[in-house]
Amino acid sequence: MILGSINPAVLLAALMVAATPILLAAIGELVVEKSGVLNLGVEGMMIMGACVGFIVAVNTGSPFIGFVGAALGGMALSLLFALLTQALMTNQVASGLALTLFGLGLTALLGQRYVGITPPRTPKLDLGLLSDIPFLGRALFTHDIVVYLTIALVGAVWWFLKYSRAGMILRAVGENHDAAHALGYHVKRVRVLAIMFGGACAGLGGAYLSLIRVPQWTEGMTVGAGWIALALVVFASWRPWRAMAGAYLFGGVVVLQLNLQAAGVRIPVEYLSMSPYLITILVLVIISSGKGRSLNAPGSLNKPFHASS
Amino acid sequence: MHATLLQLDGLSKSYPGVRANDDVSFAIGEGQIHALLGENGAGKSTLVKMIYGLVRPDAGQMTLRGAPFAPAQPSEARQSGVAMVFQHFSLFDALDVAENVALGMENPPPLRDLAARIRTVSEEYGLPLDPSRLVGELSAGERQRVEIVRCLLQDPKLLIMDEPTSVLTPQEVDILFRTLRKLSSEGTAILYISHKLEEIRALCDEATILRGGRKIATCDPREKSARELAELMVGQLLNPPERPARAMGDVLLEVEALSLKSNNPFGTSLKDISFQLRAGEVLGIAGVAGNGQDELLLMLSGELRAPSHQVRLRGQPVGHLGPNGRRGLGVVAAPEERLGHAAAPDMSLTENALLSASGRKRLEQGGFIDWGKTETFAREIITRFDVRTPGPHVLARALSGGNLQKFVIGREIELDPDVIIVNQPTWGVDASAAATIRQALLDLAGKGAGVLVISQDLDELLEVADSFAALNEGRLSKARPAKGLTVEEIGLMMGGAHDMHVAHEVTS
Amino acid sequence: MIRLEKRKEPSKLWRIANPFLAVALTMLAGGIMFAMLGKDPFVAIRLIFFDPIFSETFASYSRPQLLIKSAPLILIAVGLAIGFKANVWNIGAEGQYIMGALFGAGVALAFFPAPGWYIFPLMVLAGAFGGFLWAMIPAILKTRFNTNEILVSLLLVYVAERILAAMALGLMRNPDQPGFPGSRDLRRYEAAYNSELIANTGMHWGVVAAIIAVIFAYVMMTRHMLGFHIQLAGQAPRAARFGGVSPARLVIICLGISGALAGLAGMFEVSGPGGQVRIEFASGYGFTAIIVAFLGRLHPIGIVLAGLLLGLTYIGGELSQMMLQLPGAAIQVFQGMLLFFLLALDFQTNYRIRLTQGAHA
Repeated sequence: MILGSINPAVLLAALMVAATPILLAAIGELVVEKSGVLNLGVEGMMIMGACVGFIVAVNTGSPFIGFVGAALGGMALSLLFALLTQALMTNQVASGLALTLFGLGLTALLGQRYVGITPPRTPKLDLGLLSDIPFLGRALFTHDIVVYLTIALVGAVWWFLKYSRAGMILRAVGENHDAAHALGYHVKRVRVLAIMFGGACAGLGGAYLSLIRVPQWTEGMTVGAGWIALALVVFASWRPWRAMAGAYLFGGVVVLQLNLQAAGVRIPVEYLSMSPYLITILVLVIISSGKGRSLNAPGSLNKPFHASS
Repeated sequence: MHATLLQLDGLSKSYPGVRANDDVSFAIGEGQIHALLGENGAGKSTLVKMIYGLVRPDAGQMTLRGAPFAPAQPSEARQSGVAMVFQHFSLFDALDVAENVALGMENPPPLRDLAARIRTVSEEYGLPLDPSRLVGELSAGERQRVEIVRCLLQDPKLLIMDEPTSVLTPQEVDILFRTLRKLSSEGTAILYISHKLEEIRALCDEATILRGGRKIATCDPREKSARELAELMVGQLLNPPERPARAMGDVLLEVEALSLKSNNPFGTSLKDISFQLRAGEVLGIAGVAGNGQDELLLMLSGELRAPSHQVRLRGQPVGHLGPNGRRGLGVVAAPEERLGHAAAPDMSLTENALLSASGRKRLEQGGFIDWGKTETFAREIITRFDVRTPGPHVLARALSGGNLQKFVIGREIELDPDVIIVNQPTWGVDASAAATIRQALLDLAGKGAGVLVISQDLDELLEVADSFAALNEGRLSKARPAKGLTVEEIGLMMGGAHDMHVAHEVTS
Repeated sequence: MIRLEKRKEPSKLWRIANPFLAVALTMLAGGIMFAMLGKDPFVAIRLIFFDPIFSETFASYSRPQLLIKSAPLILIAVGLAIGFKANVWNIGAEGQYIMGALFGAGVALAFFPAPGWYIFPLMVLAGAFGGFLWAMIPAILKTRFNTNEILVSLLLVYVAERILAAMALGLMRNPDQPGFPGSRDLRRYEAAYNSELIANTGMHWGVVAAIIAVIFAYVMMTRHMLGFHIQLAGQAPRAARFGGVSPARLVIICLGISGALAGLAGMFEVSGPGGQVRIEFASGYGFTAIIVAFLGRLHPIGIVLAGLLLGLTYIGGELSQMMLQLPGAAIQVFQGMLLFFLLALDFQTNYRIRLTQGAHA
């Protein structure tokens, strides 16, 4: 009766939208971790992107420029992390936490005059006939362009890591930074670039929340999406397509939960809304309990690198 | 006589507090196999890092075939025809062989073509390799082949090899030497770094000896005896350790048909291990690195638990006990890795003394630490084992390898053990510290303790061991009396060149 | 050219000087930020750091507040620091704080309105137990399934926040005022009230607990084998195993201690200064305590000083909000900057900056 009131095509469509912000953040963090750096500041960079993107979009009237601004905002914060961990050799865990705390505070300050405003609308991509296909058209082909670009980005990252020479060097740096250094590769340069990419992606993910999904600016509006993206990278065993599968799975849980709320299920809203976090924990447990080291985890992840020679 | 390929003139390099190289000059000829000989810390690594562009000299210059040569980074050195095989391999476990080779090349061809070339070159030089395998799954010998093939694909004029035989069995060493002679006969010069004298006498045309960062001599190693070379290298006369004659006592430690899974996914599991260790006996266990030495030590120290009845001390089952339980009964251990395993790098010597001695030396009461007593104990170790350090407050990582090793082994010996297990007791330790450590182990055996020495250094084992066994892929050979064993027999016990067929008969 | 060179031994001088330098730099950068917001930076800095204690107009109100704000920070940070030393990263103290408050308040509300001297001690036990229990989730998942404790403990904060909301709106709602969210006011229930022990000082049982925790942590970390093992496991995990330390046991102990202390902090807050279970009860102490732990160099005495300082910024923040209409978020930025500067300065502890001559470098 309750489930009957939920339209599966609409659900599928909503799932893709719900998954996009965390997928963007996760694919960026995946590249960062592949280079051997653990940036726990995803939540901070995401909220930075949400805030800066919103401000830029409102002031320019263009969601597109807003997204560019969000990428730059996330990247700016990630550069701070790069400075700390790569140049000043600070602990990556502590620096990532600092980034998150700082990002949450800074955006609360920056965005306080923007609460309650509606941002310019991002148009849906007109896919003509495709969106008229029964069921599939409604589910897959009624989205804004960011949804499709995100999928393209996942493919690009997959190709980059697997087939390009630069991707191979990035993996080598993440796997064994001492050996990469001995062969003459610039470990820190590679890592700073990866961190910046991660920052830009997290920023875009944040902007997707504030400009399209919600669309509004409120303090602390990411409510853990960055942390879920971090968990997603582990779940994906550092594989891009699996990150996408994970994000869509997660999107499904969120959307189903929202639909159940709307359908008036007799479970208090608070309990339904904690389900995404609990499911994330559950998935982490299942993935982590696999026997042995997940062979795909970068060998130098979260280890400081200082060239001694 | 060879035409000069690379000329070094007055190279110097200093680090804070250390003059790593001081005015070093010599020349390497075209196609020559040139040995660079010296103890740990003599400055060999720094020198080759300068040639390979990883370190820039403070003073001095190099000329390659008459032209000035000053590589700012390894890629420049590689473009000039200098290639290097590292001692600690510069390989990436999670990448496959072809990718690893490509990473070491300036302009690698597409991976598919590269794979074909890897097959060809590796067969040609008798070093077969499968380009699609993950490097993390290869044995130490195979990993070295990856490094060598990576260099060969770039047609180097000069190939630098840093301690290449430390991970090889005697038979594998033979194959490597054949490859190197073939290369030399084709005109590739080789700079061969080692501290193993017999190897150098067997292989090299010329040898340059470093000591304390300075060049001591350049000579033809075949015209010198091993003893002469050793004295040039060490700078003093060395006495072999004394071995008091002694009778073997009862069986102290006994392991029976023990199989144990490694706790490390890239590790080697132990398979059907059995041996006995008697009072007063020194049992030497040889083997190439990565054949289960770490696991054997962890299993004996109690860091890896075993079924209780398969490890026995004086007939009592102890397999289920952890490290402190076994220490309480008199079984102590000194792992191979000094910094990070046997000692905590960022803790003081006093704290490191507490690490394994808290129980046996009663340095704690009801969990509360007696720091005064602990410091006194640390001082005792420092004095008795001649650890050169300003005092027990110094951090472990500030000590040189030899001094820290003396401290670590000294700490365990001071616990007055019935059984001691050591892994690589003198690896990376200077000659005089090594002599002190070996003597201390022999003295302990003389007092009736059982001593088990795991080592990759055959000379060391033959010097100290009463009985001898070898580890190969997690299996332990039957122990034999050490007296009268030849290097050939030991090589066979170590498993020989089990997967290396002798693909060619080329000698120079 | 500038290059970093690793010191043979970490510099003790910089270790102690850096927190002070970081505070100074934060004041400087914060001043610039205030100026950009159009406020007089000198007035703002004075309002935040000096007026709460020294101003005649404000001090009578804000001096007691110092202990009230600092006690939970110190209590939580002491526990977190023990874990951080062992490389056990509990960053979900906020969740444990909430659960401690809920458990403590739950006991009180269950006994209401009965009198009895035993009720408050029971609440203390329940609060500690609530935080402990919540911390055991990441601990057990870590030891049994090797799940990352950072992510689990953090995600559980969001879960705890929703349980808090559900409680405030449901089970624990005040039956006498069903129109309003939130529980009964525990300050009006004598047997459960964590009252001021000395009038006008802010001294309540939570402050006492914080002092005991600091002493306990200090003795444990410097004199006891457990403290030694915790540091050993954090610095050199393999050496710890060689020393006979069980890593799983340490994870349980570290998360257990920090969870219980965070739970205590929550319980003392809800039964005293906070007064009732409300949706907005959690005010970020659990996250600020992470900054306190780092700023205090993970050392119990340092944490006392750092806790007092950050407690001060909370009060100063409220003052400046009131007097200068400075946004409340400015204080959050301030605290974030403090951690950044501290981390950035810390490279001096382990590295030496050397200027090398360009010709050779």
